[in-house]
Amino acid sequence: MSPILDSIGSVKAYGWGKVLSLPAFESIATYSLSSAQSNVEFASIPQTYKHLQVRAIAQTAGSGQFVKMQMNSDTTTNYNSHIIYGDGSSATGSSYGNRADIPIWGNNTGTASNTFAVCVVDILDYADTNKYKTTRCLDGYDSNGSGVIALTSGLWRSTSAITSIKFTGFSGNLNQYSHFALYGIKGA
Amino acid sequence: MPTPTYNCIATTTTTSAVSAVTFSSISGSYTDLVLIVTQSAPNTTNHGVRLNNDTNFNYSTTAVFGTGSSAGTERKTTSSGDGGRRSFIWTNNGSTAIGNSVIHIMNYSNATTYKTVLSRGNMINNVLMASAGLWHNTSAVTSVTYSASDSTVDSGSTFSLYGIKAE
Repeated sequence: MSPILDSIGSVKAYGWGKVLSLPAFESIATYSLSSAQSNVEFASIPQTYKHLQVRAIAQTAGSGQFVKMQMNSDTTTNYNSHIIYGDGSSATGSSYGNRADIPIWGNNTGTASNTFAVCVVDILDYADTNKYKTTRCLDGYDSNGSGVIALTSGLWRSTSAITSIKFTGFSGNLNQYSHFALYGIKGA
Repeated sequence: MPTPTYNCIATTTTTSAVSAVTFSSISGSYTDLVLIVTQSAPNTTNHGVRLNNDTNFNYSTTAVFGTGSSAGTERKTTSSGDGGRRSFIWTNNGSTAIGNSVIHIMNYSNATTYKTVLSRGNMINNVLMASAGLWHNTSAVTSVTYSASDSTVDSGSTFSLYGIKAE
């Protein structure tokens, strides 16, 4: 069966007596690191989608949160975040106000060198110039005796359309084999 | 030019009670896999995901959950008995209530990193849960098994596997 006909979240169109399905989830750009580097940035993001999704695996060279996310090169304290997470010992909720980034949880500098933290980040209504921008994220890692799993929300207090997103190692470089993929989700 | 992706690879609905559902011969042409499950089960048991039919103690998991009255966290290591033999998803509540889960198997086809299974599950009237599980193996994933441990999932449970390709 055609992958196009199998696409989910699709828009259906009718013509010539057949049901066509227009794909609604598209790959925009990808970074696959062949060596360590400090950050990756998706720039010149097309404004033709309703939402964005970033799916990533990453490993950081230093300790601390896995990566931090910034929009449109805004490095001022225009971000807020809430999180609920579990680390195998306790379940905790925290909030972070007036940050210079949205933290994505999961320090993966654990004992296993080939263990990478992962995340799925949704950036909602990213092109809407009438509202602040909200993100939601499922992220975490496990390293056989250590680890964290988190549900994170983020707010960028700007009505500007998002045209770029940067991911930076919170403390140290992003290691080789880290992989960031940006997708666009179309509206109806 | 953006590339369409998020394709259904396979889907199945159980016609009888089964202990596991396996998707095999998975193409390596995608970047991530997403398994969407709607199921019920007759007994209280842990559900989980096994990769490449590996039933050895090669899995570990960190989970967080909420029951409506409290929040908790749980850890399974490779030495956690049965918990080390699958990427732990949740504890089924042993009722006819429907449970849903979305399970992400990230960068499943690379041969360099251990594979992480990220999941979100809901059991109606019982619990919601998220977990990060690690399969301690660098092999590319070619099969995914949803396992109900020592119990079964009911007839009528649905399992759909999707592939997402990054360009």
